Amino acid sequence: MIEVLIVFIKIICALVWFLALTLYLADWVERKQSAVIHDRIGANRASIFGIRIIGLFQPIADAIKMIFKEDFVPPFSRKFIHSLAPFISYFFVAVTIAAVPFGDSIKIGERTITLQVLDFNVGLLFILAMLSLGIYGIILSGWASNNRYSLLGGLRGAAQLISYEVALGLSLIGLIMIYPSLQLSTIVRTQGELLFGFLPKWGIFLQPIGFLVFYFAAIAETKRVPFDLPEGESEIIGFWTEYGGLKWGLFMMTDGMEIIVVSALVTTLFFGGWQVPWLVAEGFHWPWGGEWLLPHWVVVLLQVAAFNLKVIFFCWLQVLIRWTYPRFRYDQLMDLGWKLLIPLSLVNIVGTGIVMSII
Amino acid sequence: MIKALEYFIEIIRGVLITGRHFFVNMFFHTLKVLGIKTKRKGAVTIQYPEEKKEIAARHRSLHRLVPAENGKPRCVACMLCATVCPSECIYIEAAEDPELEMQKYPAKFIIDIGRCCFCGFCVEACPEDAIRMDTAEVELAEYTRENLIYDLDRLLR
Repeated sequence: MIEVLIVFIKIICALVWFLALTLYLADWVERKQSAVIHDRIGANRASIFGIRIIGLFQPIADAIKMIFKEDFVPPFSRKFIHSLAPFISYFFVAVTIAAVPFGDSIKIGERTITLQVLDFNVGLLFILAMLSLGIYGIILSGWASNNRYSLLGGLRGAAQLISYEVALGLSLIGLIMIYPSLQLSTIVRTQGELLFGFLPKWGIFLQPIGFLVFYFAAIAETKRVPFDLPEGESEIIGFWTEYGGLKWGLFMMTDGMEIIVVSALVTTLFFGGWQVPWLVAEGFHWPWGGEWLLPHWVVVLLQVAAFNLKVIFFCWLQVLIRWTYPRFRYDQLMDLGWKLLIPLSLVNIVGTGIVMSII
Repeated sequence: MIKALEYFIEIIRGVLITGRHFFVNMFFHTLKVLGIKTKRKGAVTIQYPEEKKEIAARHRSLHRLVPAENGKPRCVACMLCATVCPSECIYIEAAEDPELEMQKYPAKFIIDIGRCCFCGFCVEACPEDAIRMDTAEVELAEYTRENLIYDLDRLLR
C-alpha cells in the first residue's frame, strides 16, 4: 500500500516539476531571453493587484487566455482525430519524465526512496521510443485538419523524423558501450567514478563526438527554429494551422516539454545527471586529498540542485540557439542528417570500439 | 571540407554574438536591479505609458485655433486651409463680422481628426497664423467617431 502511495507522490511531484518548468520555460524564459538578446525588455505587464515582478505572472495570464479561447474544430476536419492529435503529442512527451532520474536515493527512516518515478532497466530506450512516438500527434494533426498546408507540415515532420532519428539512436550506442547499461540510474551512477583520479567520468569527456551528434539530433527532435520544418512559420504555417485555444496550447506545451526532456537527457547521459563533481554519498572527496563530510539531506539537496541547474542551463542554451539561427532549408536538413550526422555517429561507434578493445 | 569548417566557424560566431548581447544586457539589467546607475542601459525600450519620448520642436500634433487679444479666433474664414486640405477634413462656415477690420469670422470651424492626415498644409496656408499644430497632444484615440470631430470650442485655445 505504502509503495503505491510513494509512486503516486513521485508521479505528482515529477509532473508538477515538469509542468511548472514548461510553463515558465516555454513562456517566460523564451520571451525574456529573446528580449534580452534583442536589447528589448520583454513581457512585463501581467500583474496581480498592480504587482508585476518582471513579468513572472505572464505564463499564468497566457494560460488563462488559452483556456478561455473558443475551442474551434473546423467543419471540414476529421473531428475525432483532430481532437485526439494534440493529446497524443502531449501524452508521449509527458510520460518520458517517468524515467528521468532527479537524484540519488533518499533515506527516510528505514525506507530508501529513489528519486526517479520508475527505475526501468530500459529507461533510455523508453525515452527515445516515446519521443519518436510523439511524431504521430503531428502527422495525425496534419492529416486530420484536411488542409493542404497542415498536411505538408505533418509530412515534413515525418520526413525530418527519419533523417535525424537514426543519428539520434546511433550517437548513443558509443555511450551505451562505455556504460554498459540502458538503465538511466546506472548510467548516472557510473558517471560518478573518476578518470585519472580527478576528472569525473562524464559522457562529454568520453564521447565528445557522440555528444555533438546527439545534441544536433536532439535539437532537431524538438522541432524548433533551426529545424522547424514541420512548423515553418513563414511559409506553410505548419501542422497546427487549424488548431486554436487550448489544443494549440497543448502543442505549444509539447514544444516546451521536449526542450526540457532533451535537456534532461543530455544532462543525464553526457553531463553526469545529478552528479556533483567529487561528491559521493558521505560528502566531498577532493582529488587533492582531504574530504568534507556532509549530512545526508544536504548531499541529496545538492544532487537535485545540480540536476536542475544543468537542465536549466541546457534549456537556456537551446533558447539561445533558437533565437540565433535561421531555419535550415529542407535539403540542407536532409544533408545534415544523412551525410554528416549518421556517418559521424558510425565513426564514433567504430572509434569507441577500437579504443575499448585496446584498453 | 574546408568550406564545411568555415560554415561551422560561422555557426559558432553567430551564437557568440547573441550570447554576448545576452550577457552584456543582463549585466546592465543586474546593475539596475542592484541600484547602480550606469550610462548605458540593458535595453533600448521606452516603456510607453509611464515613460514618454520627448516630442521634437518641429512636430505636428493636434490643431488649435490661436485666439486674438479679445479671445475670439484670429481666423478670418478665408477658406485657404479648407481649400488646401488634401483629406478635406476642415469645414468652415463664415459669418459677417461687425468689426470693419476683420469683415468675416468663422461661425463654425470643424476639423474631423478621423480624416486628418497631419500633413500641416493648413498651417502653412494660413495667412493670419490662426491655425497651429503645436499642442503636443498625440494621444487622440476615442471610443466613437463623433468624438473625433473637433469644433470651435475644442479647437480654440
